[in-house]
Amino acid sequence: MGLRAVRRNPVSPGPAVGQTVAVLLTLTTTGDPATDLGFLLFKHPDKAQSFPTATGTAHVFYPRADPEECTAALLVEVDPVALARGKGDRKRVATLGSYVNDRPYAAGSMLAVALSSVFRTAMTGRCDVRQELADNPIPLRVGLPAVACRGGAELAARLFEPLGWAVAATAVPLDPLFPEWGDSPYLDLVLTGDLRLADALRQLYVLLPVMDGSKHYYVGEAEVDKLLRAGEGWLAAHPERELISDRYLAHRRGYVTTALAQLAELDGAAEETLDDALVEPVVDTAPEAPEPLAVTRRRAVVAALREVGARRVLDLGCGGGALIRDLLADPSFVEVLGTDVSAGALRVAGRRLEKLPDRVRDRVEVRQSSLTYGDPSLVGYDAAVLMEVVEHVDPSRHRALEQSVFGTARPQHVVVTTPNVEYNVLFPTLPAGRPRHRDHRFEWTRAQFREWGDATAERTGYTVRYLPVGPEDPEHGPPTQMAVFSRLEGVN
Amino acid sequence: MELLIPDMALVVLVGASGSGKSTFARKHFATTQVLSSDFFRGLVSDDENDQAASADAFDALHHVAGKRLRRGLVTVVDATNVQREGRAELVKLARDNHVMPVAVVLDLPERVCQERNADRPDRDFGPHVVKRHVAQLRRSLPGLHREGFRRVHHLRGQEQVDAAVFSTERLRNDLRHETGPFDVIGDVHGCRAELEDLLGELGYRLRRDDRGRPVGATHPGGRRAVFVGDLVDRGPDTPGVLRLAMGMVGDGDAFAVCGNHEQKLVRALDGRNVKVAHGLAESLAQLEAEDPDFVAAARKFCDTLIAHYVLDGGRLVVAHAGLPEHYHGRASGKVRSFALYGDTTGETDEYGLPVRYPWAEDYRGAAIVLYGHTPTPEVEWVNGTMCLDTGCVFGGKLTALRYPEREVVSVEARETWYEPTRPLTPTRPPRQLALDDVLGKRVVETAVQGKVTVRGDQAAAALEVMSRFAVDPRWLLYLPPTMAPTEAHGDGDLLEHPAEAFAGFHARGVREVLCEEKHMGSRAVVLVTRDPSVAPRRFDIEGDGAVHTRTGRSFFDEPLTAELLARVRSAVTAAGLWEELGTDWLLLDAELMPWNAKARELITDQYAAVGAAATAVLPPAVSALAAAAGRGVGVADLLARTSRRADNAVGFRDAYRRYCAPTTGLDGVRLAPFQVLASEGATHHRQPHLWHLGVADRLRAVDPLFAETRRIAVDTGSPESVAEGTAWWEALTAAGGEGMVVKPAANLVGAGRDLVQPGVKVRGPEYLRIIYGPDYPDHLDRLRKRNVAHKRSLALREYALGLAALDRVAAGEPLWRVHECVFAVLAMESEPVDPRL
Repeated sequence: MGLRAVRRNPVSPGPAVGQTVAVLLTLTTTGDPATDLGFLLFKHPDKAQSFPTATGTAHVFYPRADPEECTAALLVEVDPVALARGKGDRKRVATLGSYVNDRPYAAGSMLAVALSSVFRTAMTGRCDVRQELADNPIPLRVGLPAVACRGGAELAARLFEPLGWAVAATAVPLDPLFPEWGDSPYLDLVLTGDLRLADALRQLYVLLPVMDGSKHYYVGEAEVDKLLRAGEGWLAAHPERELISDRYLAHRRGYVTTALAQLAELDGAAEETLDDALVEPVVDTAPEAPEPLAVTRRRAVVAALREVGARRVLDLGCGGGALIRDLLADPSFVEVLGTDVSAGALRVAGRRLEKLPDRVRDRVEVRQSSLTYGDPSLVGYDAAVLMEVVEHVDPSRHRALEQSVFGTARPQHVVVTTPNVEYNVLFPTLPAGRPRHRDHRFEWTRAQFREWGDATAERTGYTVRYLPVGPEDPEHGPPTQMAVFSRLEGVN
Repeated sequence: MELLIPDMALVVLVGASGSGKSTFARKHFATTQVLSSDFFRGLVSDDENDQAASADAFDALHHVAGKRLRRGLVTVVDATNVQREGRAELVKLARDNHVMPVAVVLDLPERVCQERNADRPDRDFGPHVVKRHVAQLRRSLPGLHREGFRRVHHLRGQEQVDAAVFSTERLRNDLRHETGPFDVIGDVHGCRAELEDLLGELGYRLRRDDRGRPVGATHPGGRRAVFVGDLVDRGPDTPGVLRLAMGMVGDGDAFAVCGNHEQKLVRALDGRNVKVAHGLAESLAQLEAEDPDFVAAARKFCDTLIAHYVLDGGRLVVAHAGLPEHYHGRASGKVRSFALYGDTTGETDEYGLPVRYPWAEDYRGAAIVLYGHTPTPEVEWVNGTMCLDTGCVFGGKLTALRYPEREVVSVEARETWYEPTRPLTPTRPPRQLALDDVLGKRVVETAVQGKVTVRGDQAAAALEVMSRFAVDPRWLLYLPPTMAPTEAHGDGDLLEHPAEAFAGFHARGVREVLCEEKHMGSRAVVLVTRDPSVAPRRFDIEGDGAVHTRTGRSFFDEPLTAELLARVRSAVTAAGLWEELGTDWLLLDAELMPWNAKARELITDQYAAVGAAATAVLPPAVSALAAAAGRGVGVADLLARTSRRADNAVGFRDAYRRYCAPTTGLDGVRLAPFQVLASEGATHHRQPHLWHLGVADRLRAVDPLFAETRRIAVDTGSPESVAEGTAWWEALTAAGGEGMVVKPAANLVGAGRDLVQPGVKVRGPEYLRIIYGPDYPDHLDRLRKRNVAHKRSLALREYALGLAALDRVAAGEPLWRVHECVFAVLAMESEPVDPRL
């Protein structure tokens, strides 16, 4: 047996597999003579050229180059290990998913990066030999045999058709042997249209990552400028400009895998299914409401806390700390302790709190705790808030939660909010039967909530009253329901 | 001159500057026992005589003293301590830590002190200071006892100082030298007849006086009784109970701790103003009829009872109302009060009685604590504690626990002697784990690897998964360890090969190994019970059992889990295993097939997606390159590479497809148990693997739900046998199998540094495509450099933790003790290692 020393840095992802595979884009034009495409792209049709890019090597070659038709192909060989490691971050945990992943095959933001570095000059609209060719629309066909598109053929059409493209998109099935699995997130996409080449390239540059919506690509401030430059002349008038800029600029996590992701993978679960403490619900605004539901909810919780005169408050399941911020805005809450079981959420909350002035900062603390374990350090508070928390806990663990909150911590008051599932039919974008958040273990009707609340109060020596939160529908009730529990004095 | 100090004490030296305290302390105590104010002044200010630093110095001194006292260490404070305020702080510190403060006064003539200081150039504070010290000392002397010092040793003059010798005295609660065996008896409450019955049942021989009244009881085996208090009140014959108990204690046949009722009876007998309720009136009336001498003796007996005893080297604690660990063996008003009355939450219940704080739920101590005070219908172990008050006087039972046997012996009440204020129904909430049981850095003691450390960050990651996704911890008795692969194969076109596995075990002296087929499924731990009454009784939870993954998540929803468990239960019944193993529950380690039953999401999101993208993009890329090559463009290398990758993509797809089979409900689900982890009172990791597979075979014989685990025994020392094992693996993997796990045939082999890997996996070349990516065969040279050492070390530590969990389950240890190990395994799994190993 080998007795080699354990690596000093066990988190480096091990020996690299240079598993270089391909991302492909073809660009075809016809006539006049078609081979002038070479001038437009600044790449000679009879040569194969290679360029290093951040995540691999980009190859440009021409499968066909004759006067009638000319096709340039951009093939990016991607090194998934380089991808898994990312730039300059050796301390990260790698999951299996970061080794075996579809990035190397699916055109997406990496292809966009390759486009911009290989065809940089073409994207500016310059053509030294035939400037008029660059200045005018030419017949173009773009082939992307596997392009990631979270939104399907329909999104591709919405993105490209307004720009003058004819869109032919076929979904790639996940596995033809298992039709029940449905389609993969990839399209075999062909775009046809008469456009200036520079416009076409710049549109692809922006829209490939927009379609992809993938998470591997950290978007910083500089990207805003890039978007503005690349979008010049076409983005401002695009009917989907908001979606485009939102998705392009979405402040996504880097390709950071966490210890949690590793544990998820052990179970054959996708990372996101575990690491979702900061994921927003799929619906967050009630129809015709003037503000997001989350804002209304926080205001209702703060009002309930004020009404019971709470000064020292627990925010159990504080997530990224949105409620904490609201509480700190009111000096009558002299002490706020936020807890969450998610280390990721606490990091975010902690970062937000760091920016507060010292005097405000002194009123608040966040730390890890769990609602299914008793935490004696939570004893002695005026009130505890469980805002949109119980529905993330399996009903089989509710008695443990009850004991932790109403037994061990036992504050004077407990404020609980949870979705009212009856209201879900009123969210136009929420498919019937689907919960508002993918981690919701259940969503209660008003009657079910009362049943739980009454039983809990009865068992633990609290009284309880129920309040609606958000615009109340005469039939379906409010979008959110709230219970305010108060401890019976001197009686268990 | 002998100076007595308790063996848990804060010794406060009192004396003027120059009285020789430091010399005295050095002479009698170890350096680490003595906390000198001069030294602490130096620590905080670099100047031992900087009086301006005194406040900080005493702060630090008190802090250190507090730490030591919490640990029960004798601690000596070397400071002048001539001022009352300074001493008061020390008395408080001692009381806060429930140890006795002792004052030792060095009372020397002022002249002597002045002379000594004059010899020390650093003490330049002038003669008036010593003068003041001496005056303050004089004033202090008469009040030292009143200030709270339990002993005051006044040494007058240098001669007495020189002659002083310390000796330690045991605290009165310290019976660690009494090692039993004991019979600990619950609240008797004047039920003399039942006490006679119980003592008889326990094998004691009663001794009676000439009026036939029992006045003593002796056990022929030398056992001794320990009464948990509340001998008196409510019942029909308090004097009779006292007579018997006093006789037994007097003869050395029993010990008794004080109950709250004894305490109150003494106050009533002393004529103090007490509320005559809760059965006190009965006692007083009964004693009225007794001889005054007996009443006086009974009063004295009750008055001198100790509030708690620490017995058998500290392994057993008896206190009337129970006692948390930090009070064990301590002495203070608070300790006594807790032992007599317990703790209350400050709330009162619907009957107007105080709500008792469930201290035992929080108890995490090593000592067994036996107590009474709160009547319950049935006794039960709670975190190593047991309440023995089964409400005899209320018509329940009188109960004893045999120690160290842990046998419960009860006799029924002859009648209901007293109506209870509140019914004897158990109202305790479900058992709860505390955050402190799992969070932060922890060190877990294991049998085969000693202490295993879990880091705080590992625990933090595990807490999230455990809290949000795992099944109820009461079902979660075990999590399987990770398994290391074999060392990389040296050459050829394989990354893993049986040769290294066989050679590895051979090098560790393991000749007999068993190769088990590695199933193409997910690891599953199955806890199954014989009938619905088992889990509430044994695991404190309603239900049939659980089927969970290696991170503790339930495989299926509740109905499907119940259906699967019903199948397993029937098979275990049909195979006759309940009787054979003498158990009514069984914990099985198994593989659950197919993989997509659980990992569907991972397969579609990741593997199928890779396959879809690769097979969509590579053929057009090959065509485009072929066309370019046909035009004479120099893309030959790129074309060759891309063509090979197109083939790899097809191979990759084939590889994951083998793991996918449609399931509906339980149709299509198979279970392959390969190890019986635990059953009542037993673990089985010393049973050979063939025994385990034999159990699995018997289950398979009665229900096709169970899948076969193919196997072959190999002698690592025999080239023929090794060749046979290798051929077996080759055939297995050639037919699409995932590979095999090679295990020492004997199961657990070695311990500590010699602990042998419980299994090493050897995976087939096609399966490895899923792990290392479609194109891994192109990069074998780089992959061979993988380092499995960290993974192997992790595997051993997790294995040890898993076995510790099983040992604790089998021994019936409290939930937190089991959960500590299980949680630690999950925490270890968050350790970043190359996930492809």
